Amino acid sequence: MDSFFTNIDWAEIWQATLDTLAMLGGSLVFTIALGLPLGVLLFLTGRRQLLAQPVVYAVLSFVVNVLRSVPFVILLIVMIPFTVFITGTSLGVAGAIPPLVIGATPFFARLVETALREVDRGIVEAAQAMGANTRQIVFGALLPEARPGIFAGATVTAITLVSYAAMSGVIGGGGLGDLAIRFGYQRFQTDVMIVTVVLLLVLVQILQMIGDRLVVHFSRK
Amino acid sequence: MIQLQNIQKSFQVAGRDVQALAGVDLSIESGEIFGIIGHSGAGKSTLVRLINLLERPTAGRVLIADTEMTSLDAEALRTMRQGIGMIFQHFNLLSSKTVAENIAWPLKIAGWDKADVAPRVAELIARVGLQDHADKYPAQLSGGQKQRVGIARALATRPKILLCDEATSALDPQTTRSVLDLLADINRELGLTIVLITHEMDVVRRICDRVAVLDSGLVVEVGPVSKVFLHPQHTTTKSFVMEAEHVDENEQVDDFAHVPGRVVRLTFTGDATYSPVLGEVARNTGIDFSILSGRIDRIKDTPYGQLTVAFTAGNIDAALVQLAQRGIVVEALR
Repeated sequence: MDSFFTNIDWAEIWQATLDTLAMLGGSLVFTIALGLPLGVLLFLTGRRQLLAQPVVYAVLSFVVNVLRSVPFVILLIVMIPFTVFITGTSLGVAGAIPPLVIGATPFFARLVETALREVDRGIVEAAQAMGANTRQIVFGALLPEARPGIFAGATVTAITLVSYAAMSGVIGGGGLGDLAIRFGYQRFQTDVMIVTVVLLLVLVQILQMIGDRLVVHFSRK
Repeated sequence: MIQLQNIQKSFQVAGRDVQALAGVDLSIESGEIFGIIGHSGAGKSTLVRLINLLERPTAGRVLIADTEMTSLDAEALRTMRQGIGMIFQHFNLLSSKTVAENIAWPLKIAGWDKADVAPRVAELIARVGLQDHADKYPAQLSGGQKQRVGIARALATRPKILLCDEATSALDPQTTRSVLDLLADINRELGLTIVLITHEMDVVRRICDRVAVLDSGLVVEVGPVSKVFLHPQHTTTKSFVMEAEHVDENEQVDDFAHVPGRVVRLTFTGDATYSPVLGEVARNTGIDFSILSGRIDRIKDTPYGQLTVAFTAGNIDAALVQLAQRGIVVEALR
């Protein structure tokens, strides 16, 4: 057993885990901060919705679709100049977060839009009958009613971010993925590969568990 | 209180114009319970939504307390809507909020002072009899309880008008009755004007003062419930009465074909219902009669009786005159 794990530097594994968590945390916060309003806007401007704006919806929808159809590995590379402009570097945790956010935001926004569409139209109608304005309907009815769906969407997004974060190892993004590529793949250190994969797997399981708990906690149906 | 003038409404369905309402005129008085009855697709859901402008008419005017709703800007319309309560067939409660939070919501929307909200909510919860359920979520309530929450929520801002969109259609008969009783109580206590749409004549009979019958986007009959219910004119109205009473006029006429004598329908309302009128008249005029069919019930608070009778002997003409003198409506069927 000892001989099998000879290549492993546990301090480095630990640092890589922390980096992955930092990338995940940082990008998740920005993804939600940008994706939630974008999802609400997509929903509101959609056909027969409160602020139905076919042109605005078509433009937003197109941009979202374009960003979602670019493979993430390509997005990582294409975004390097922009990332350097924002964070001053294209390497490490800081260099990984901007592409992660741009990659995940459209995805999360679509999930938010879908969750909002699941809200019973009758509730919106009841709010209108009470004389609520759009802001009151969004914050008083739509977001609270869609909360379980939004948490489920955030969970899926977080897990996607774990895999995106691992991919950012390709451009030197740091974290477990970086370790797996540099040592596990390029130096044929299978033990490093196994340890990183197991750690990623555990991370995904924990995220899914937290997400499921939140969804159950906020479901009143 | 509410005036609908030549209301027309068309929808675009698959590129074609479909007319839901084809020129509706209605005048609803302050403090009355006004029923609008129609089969599904008659346009009644559209009609009730036109009152608070959830639907905009294609043509025509909606006036509430002399304010022309159709000419208001968005802000003024929202303020106006805060004075019009509405309840729904499927309740439309927030599933993520408790009973108390649901009832507080319209007050928040109307910008009530925080300190005033809690006592008002407590008062409303007590009024609809849900004291033990204030902190429950809608999913934990029965249909009748959910509609009570809906009613409390609709009344929160002390509106002058309550719109009911098939409010009892999703409830069982017993629960329907208790919800209707609550609505009638509220109407009496608060002098609230209630507009109620339904496809059940029984709902109309139980609590409405006046009723309009809607058919294919037009009002085909309108008047006091006792008049419309006991002497329906239009075929649609007759079909509703038939559904409520389980009698078919045409079948009856066939059934009575072999009965000898003159067949008349006598309608008693109010005190006459429980008076021995028919016996008295029979003694006076020496007529013989047999009762072919009959019903005795109530329309809102007024008792009524309707008997189909065959007169076979004696001075039938004199008897009919005497019955009419005693306030009984006599209709000759044969």
